[in-house]
Amino acid sequence: MGHYLGIDLGSTTTKAVLIDGAGKVQGFGLTNTRSSYEVAAAIARGEALADAQLSRIEAELSRLGQSAAELGAEVRRAYRVEVAAGRLASLRARTLELARATPKGDGAAQKLEALFAKMLADATPLFSPLAADRSRFFRDVVAARFLSEAEELAQAREISFELAMGAFDRAVVEMENTEVAAELGPTLERAMARARFSPAKAQAVAEARGAVERQPLEVSRMVGTGYGRQRLPFPKEQIRSEILCHGLGAHALFSKTRTVLDIGGQDTKAIQVDEQGVVTSFQMNDRCAAGCGRYLGYIAEEMNLGIHELGPLALTATRAVRISSTCTVFAGVELRERLSLGERRENILLGLHRAIVLRAMSLLARSGGVKDEFTFTGGVARNPAVVRELQSLIDRHYGERRLNVHSDSIYTGALGAALFAQRQGEA
Amino acid sequence: MSATRPTTSAQKDISMERQKAMLARHFQELSKVRETGRKVAYTFVPGNLTELISEAGMLGVYPEINALQSGMRQRSADFIHEAERLGHNEDVCTYVKCDIGMLTKGNIGPTGEKLPPPDLLLLSYTGCFTFMKWFELLRREYHCEIAMLHVPYAADGQPTEAMRQYIAKQLRNEVIPKFEKVSGKKLDLDSLAARLRRSALAEEDLSWVLESAKKKPSPIDAYFGAVYYVGPIFTAFRGGEDCIGYYRALRQEVKSRLEHGEGPVTPDGTLAKERFRLVVEGPPNWTHFRDFWKIFYEEGVVFVASTYTKVGGLYDRGFRHGAEKDPLLSLADYCLSCYTNLSLPARVDLLERYVREYAADGFIFNSIKSCKSFSAGQLVMLREVEKRTGIPGAFIESDLVDPRYYSQANIKNRVESYLQMLDQRRRA
Repeated sequence: MGHYLGIDLGSTTTKAVLIDGAGKVQGFGLTNTRSSYEVAAAIARGEALADAQLSRIEAELSRLGQSAAELGAEVRRAYRVEVAAGRLASLRARTLELARATPKGDGAAQKLEALFAKMLADATPLFSPLAADRSRFFRDVVAARFLSEAEELAQAREISFELAMGAFDRAVVEMENTEVAAELGPTLERAMARARFSPAKAQAVAEARGAVERQPLEVSRMVGTGYGRQRLPFPKEQIRSEILCHGLGAHALFSKTRTVLDIGGQDTKAIQVDEQGVVTSFQMNDRCAAGCGRYLGYIAEEMNLGIHELGPLALTATRAVRISSTCTVFAGVELRERLSLGERRENILLGLHRAIVLRAMSLLARSGGVKDEFTFTGGVARNPAVVRELQSLIDRHYGERRLNVHSDSIYTGALGAALFAQRQGEA
Repeated sequence: MSATRPTTSAQKDISMERQKAMLARHFQELSKVRETGRKVAYTFVPGNLTELISEAGMLGVYPEINALQSGMRQRSADFIHEAERLGHNEDVCTYVKCDIGMLTKGNIGPTGEKLPPPDLLLLSYTGCFTFMKWFELLRREYHCEIAMLHVPYAADGQPTEAMRQYIAKQLRNEVIPKFEKVSGKKLDLDSLAARLRRSALAEEDLSWVLESAKKKPSPIDAYFGAVYYVGPIFTAFRGGEDCIGYYRALRQEVKSRLEHGEGPVTPDGTLAKERFRLVVEGPPNWTHFRDFWKIFYEEGVVFVASTYTKVGGLYDRGFRHGAEKDPLLSLADYCLSCYTNLSLPARVDLLERYVREYAADGFIFNSIKSCKSFSAGQLVMLREVEKRTGIPGAFIESDLVDPRYYSQANIKNRVESYLQMLDQRRRA
């Protein structure tokens, strides 16, 4: 049975979803979007395929009578750590090369080598969170750790901070834009060795893998969507607007969906769909990205918080500060101004979240209102404060509506694209 | 697969070249008024009284046309910046700011020749309130004669007899005496009537050309192509022999394309396959005219009817200059019936008729950021046309001549999404 792949090349993240001929999801892939869209798409695709293979291995393990849930999760975690460790090793090589090329670089390279050795030794604790939280990316985890280590070395006058960060920044960008997806088999072997799987466990996994690999996973067709879709190396007929993809994806997740709100990195879209998931009307923001995901990104940076921490913190507010502007460019100014007036951080945050929702409400109204059921998709749908504010404003303006947020909502566009690929494949 | 193929018809440029030559002559005459002593009137396109200007032996200057030309020649950003430096707000109509900026920077027209100052500011259409403010600014600069014709807004959809008489009376008692004072020439009403009848000849041919889009495939693009087609008739040439000749040639050209089953000519050649027939409301963006057009022709979109090409006269709905015996009533009918003077329900009616009569697959609104008077109510209009035709519409936003308000990627995204949506509906 053929498989179908959808790739959603967004402004912040690139998503891939693999489905089987019955439309059932087999694998997810998620990575940060880089300047090379092809690489981002290839990585996401590779991740989705690996994810699907790991699921098949998991299924095979349970067929073999192993405690699949446990061992499967263990395999997945080890695999993700191993992929990241492999990337860290290439990053080390390139960073050292760049450091050596600078004046007095040899000494610095030596120090950096030791720094990387420390990080590599810590690979398992360092990268385990990557397996648990998909909103974290390799670059963020590695950069945070490297920064703190380099700062320490610089304070001890062992290394020039500028030199270290300069080499690291360049290397990480270069690597991100040239790297290829990891190969499943060898990576898995190394992963099990690193995680010290018992011989019996390793044997079981190898057997399951062998069974899975005897039936190769074949992608019959791909469809690309998202902000960067024009630059995907796909023929024109395999490219679909993300508006259609979000409509169809939301319909697939919640079949009674009639209105979809998607808040992505730099676009907000309000979409109306019919009972087949066919788009009947839509509105989106104009060239200004005010109130989109990127806005929250800047706010998080300003507050020195992770983007996933914003929503929960906003929910602890006692009241919402009135925020007039959702301009992404002025997000920081707005925030600092309120802080200087003595407002509490969480109250400001709640106000910022409400401002985003108000902007989305205007697009929803212009697209034809909010009908039942209402599905919220995109990265911002994972923010609980946005969801709560949205629900309350919709209840107030449109009456009671069922609000659907899927735990995999970030993949909605890619899922829609995969479903389009399936339709094309069957036509 | 390319949506276009190289143009085979050698006819394609005849009308275009003809228009270019007409414009060049006109601007040359304008540049020589100090020697020839001809008087100059500045006026706007909607409700323009071009026949009256010509009859008085004067030359017309059309500030909106200058602004859109500046936009197309990538000069508008500088001009707008200049006007903003003088204190004009970001929200002010960008045509106005572009014109004021151009004036401040030497008033060099689109052909590179300096435009003469006006002897008369002729405000013949008042439906756009900004026009009044625009001329107030120009009057401050030029201290010349000013004539204002108040055109009542046809709020109930149909102009009344009282409105017609009111306009004719203003023409007789206010506007014509001003013309006579400036030109030093007594106006001959019979000659004006004859001129209006000549206008009708060109109007007849233009209407034929616009209606040719009812054929499948359409031989013209009634938006991107037609903004050129309406050039002569909307400006200084209506009522003259040049204008008649231009439209006769244009009609021949389109007729030949029709006979050969050819689609519209785009900057990349003749459109090979008509995939979508759309109706459009609102002006095009001028600063990125070609890029904007490309978004559509690359997808095989043909605009079969547009409202923007009716702002200087609804000729395709039957209006003809000179149909009324009294030339002043004829001018009154013209001013009252321009698209800009239609009420929102009348605009909806027209759009609905276009969608049906031209067998359109869809319709699109290009809402203009800096044009409050024309953009207000467009979303409501869109919903109403959707309701009446059962076809979904698309909404995009840009501006006339401020490049800061134009985003190719955003518009392309919306248009592509819309076309894919139409396609999906077609398959369903």
